[in-house]
Amino acid sequence: MKASSGAASKKSAGDGNTPIIEMKLYVAGQTPKSLAALSNLNKICKEHLHGRYKLQVIDLVKKPQLAQTDQILAIPTLVRKLPVPIRKIIGDLSDLERVVLVLNFKENGGAK
Amino acid sequence: MATARVQNIDSSRRAPQLEKSRTGISGFDEITRGGLPKGRPSIVCGGPGCGKTMFAVECLVRGATQFGEPGVLMTFEEPAEEMAKNVASLGFDLKDLMARKKLVMDYVHIEPAEIQETGSYDLEGLFVRLQYAVDSVGAKRVVLDTPEAIFSGFSNQGLLRAELRRLFRWLRERGLTTIITAERGEGVLTRHGLEEYVSDCVILLDHRVSEQVSTRRLRIVKYRGSSHGADEYPFLIDEQGFSVLPSSSMRLNHPVSRDRISTGVKDLDEMLEGKGLYRGSTALVSGTAGSGKSSLSAHFANRTCTDGKKCLYIAFEESPAQVVRNMRSIGIDLEAHVKKGLLVLEAWRPTQSGLEMHLLQIHKLIERHKPAVVIIDPITNLMGGDEHEIHAMLMRLIDFLKAQQITAFFTALTSGAHKEIEMTDVGISSLIDTWLFVRDVELNGERNRCIYVLKSRGMAHSNQVREFVMTDEGIRLLPVYVGGGTVLTGSARLNQEAHEMAEALQRKQNIEERRRSMEQRRKAVEAQIAALRADLADEEARANGNVAEEEERERRMTQHALEMANRRKGTSIEKRRGRIAGER
Repeated sequence: MKASSGAASKKSAGDGNTPIIEMKLYVAGQTPKSLAALSNLNKICKEHLHGRYKLQVIDLVKKPQLAQTDQILAIPTLVRKLPVPIRKIIGDLSDLERVVLVLNFKENGGAK
Repeated sequence: MATARVQNIDSSRRAPQLEKSRTGISGFDEITRGGLPKGRPSIVCGGPGCGKTMFAVECLVRGATQFGEPGVLMTFEEPAEEMAKNVASLGFDLKDLMARKKLVMDYVHIEPAEIQETGSYDLEGLFVRLQYAVDSVGAKRVVLDTPEAIFSGFSNQGLLRAELRRLFRWLRERGLTTIITAERGEGVLTRHGLEEYVSDCVILLDHRVSEQVSTRRLRIVKYRGSSHGADEYPFLIDEQGFSVLPSSSMRLNHPVSRDRISTGVKDLDEMLEGKGLYRGSTALVSGTAGSGKSSLSAHFANRTCTDGKKCLYIAFEESPAQVVRNMRSIGIDLEAHVKKGLLVLEAWRPTQSGLEMHLLQIHKLIERHKPAVVIIDPITNLMGGDEHEIHAMLMRLIDFLKAQQITAFFTALTSGAHKEIEMTDVGISSLIDTWLFVRDVELNGERNRCIYVLKSRGMAHSNQVREFVMTDEGIRLLPVYVGGGTVLTGSARLNQEAHEMAEALQRKQNIEERRRSMEQRRKAVEAQIAALRADLADEEARANGNVAEEEERERRMTQHALEMANRRKGTSIEKRRGRIAGER
C-alpha cells in the first residue's frame, strides 16, 4: 500500500516488442476507496497485463508535494504515464470493464 | 431609512466587533469597517472581467507585504505563470514574493478530456495540496481563484458540492482568511450557488457600461456579524491596484473650521466679510462661458501656493500648459508654483470615463498629494448623466473633502438664459457653502461681467453686485451703479462715474463758496462788534473822567474857601457865611 510497496510490486516483462505500461496510483492514506482501487487495479493487471507493466503507488499524505506536480485533485487517481497520451482515471476503479477500455490494455498487449 | 442605518452603525461600533483582517485595499477597509472576516472564507463574485481576481490577489499581496500574513494563491483557471504576468501590471511581483517565501502558488489544472471516472472518489488531493501549500509558508490567507471550475471537470455534481462544503469548513477550522472568487450566474450570485456554503461575507463586483462609459462597482451583499456600507461603491483598477471609493459618511459630523482663507482677490474677500472663505468649506462659482471663472480659480490657486500651501487644480477644459499660459496674461505665474511642487495641475477629458471614475481619480490625487485646496474647473463637465446620481456623487466628493478639511473651489458652467441659470444648479446648491455668481450684463452694445455672492453660509457677506474687471494685475471687483432699473457697467459706468465726479466737484465748489461768504459775514459782524465795543469804552472813559474833574473842582473850592478864612483870622466858615448873608 505504501509507495515503496508499490515500487516492490513493479514488475517488468522481457517481451521487447510490446510497450511496457507505466502507471501511477495516487492515494491519500489507507482509505476504503484507496484500498478498493488498489485491489481492483491488481485484479485488472493480473488478468490483462501479465506482468508487462510498472505500477507505482503514491501516498500523498506522505508526499504531498507530488499532488501539485502531477496535478492530482481527485483521490484515488490512476495515471497511465506510458504509453502516451497520458490518461487519468479517477475513482475506486470498480467498473473493471471501463478501466480496461480506457487504459486500452487490450491493444497494448493484453490480447496477446 | 437613513436614521435607521446610522443607528445600526452606532450600535455595532459599541458592540464587540467581529475580528477582521485588513485587506489593504484602499477604500475597502473603510466600507467594511476593518476588512474581511478574519479566519473565514469570503466570496467575491461577478461577471467576467470585473476584477475579482485582481481584488483577491491584491488582498493576498498586501497581506504578505503589509500585514505579515503569507498567503496561498490557488488558481483553477489561470496557470501561475500567466497570473504572475497579469498582476505584474499592477505592480505586484508574485515571483519575488514566492522567492521570499511569502506566497505559494498552485495551479489546479483540470482537463476534462483526460479524465475518466470509474467508481467513487473524493477531492482529497485538493486538500492535500492546500495543506501542503499552507504549511510551506505558514499561510494566513488563501485565495481560491474560481474553484467552480472543477464543476466542469467532474460529473458527480452532488459529490463536488459536498466536497466544496467540506473545503470551506476545513478552511474555517484552520482559521484561514480566504477569498473565493466565483463567476456570476444568470439571476444568481454565483453560477453554482457557492454563496450558500460561504455565508460570512459575499462581495459582488459589477462592470457596467452606460452611455459608452464603463463603470466598475462593488457591493457588499452580505457580511455576517458586521455592519457594512450597503451601497454600490465605484472602484477602479489601475497601476496602483484596486481602489474603492468610499461613499459619503452618513452623518454630517465633519470638523468645522473658523479659519478663513483668502480667495486671492482682495475685492472678493472684502465681499466676504473682508476675510475670504472658511477653511474646509465648499465654494462654487457659476457663470456663463468666458465669465472669468477660471481666472478666479487661478487667483485662488495662486494665493494658496503663495501662502505655502498645496493646491490641486483639476482642469477639464484646458491642458495644464494652456492654463499656465492663459493665466500669465492676467499676471499670474502658476508655473513657478508647479515647479516648487505646491501646485498640482491635472487635466483630463471628462468624456474619458464615468463620473465615478473621475471622482475616484480625484480621490486618489487628493490622497497622494494631500492638498489644502482643491479646484475643479469646471465641475459641470462631470455632469452628463442622471441628475440624482450626480448629486449623490458630488455629495460624496464634498463630504470627503470636508472630512479632510480641504477647501474646495468649483466652477460651474451655466448656459445662456438668465432665469434658468440659478435653476440648473439647484441640484448642487444645497451642497455648496459659498456660491458666487458671475453674470453677463449687456448694455449699450457692451458685454460686461457682474459678480455677486448668492449665498455664503456662516458670514455676513456683501449683497452688492460688483463689476468684474480683469486687469493685467488680476481681477478687480468694482462697485456698479444701479439706477433706472438697470445696472450700469463698462463705459456706461465710466460715464456715470464722470458725471458723478463733475457733480461732486460742483457740490464741493458750492460748499466752498458758501463757506467763504459765511466767513466774510462773520468777519463783518465781528468788526461791527469791535467798533461798538470801542465806542462804549470811549463813552465810559469820558463819563468817568467828568466825575473825577467835578470832584476835584469841589475839593479845590472847599480848600480855597478855608484858606481865605484863615487869612481873615479865624472866622469860621459858618460865621463868614452868615456874615456874608447879613452884609447882603
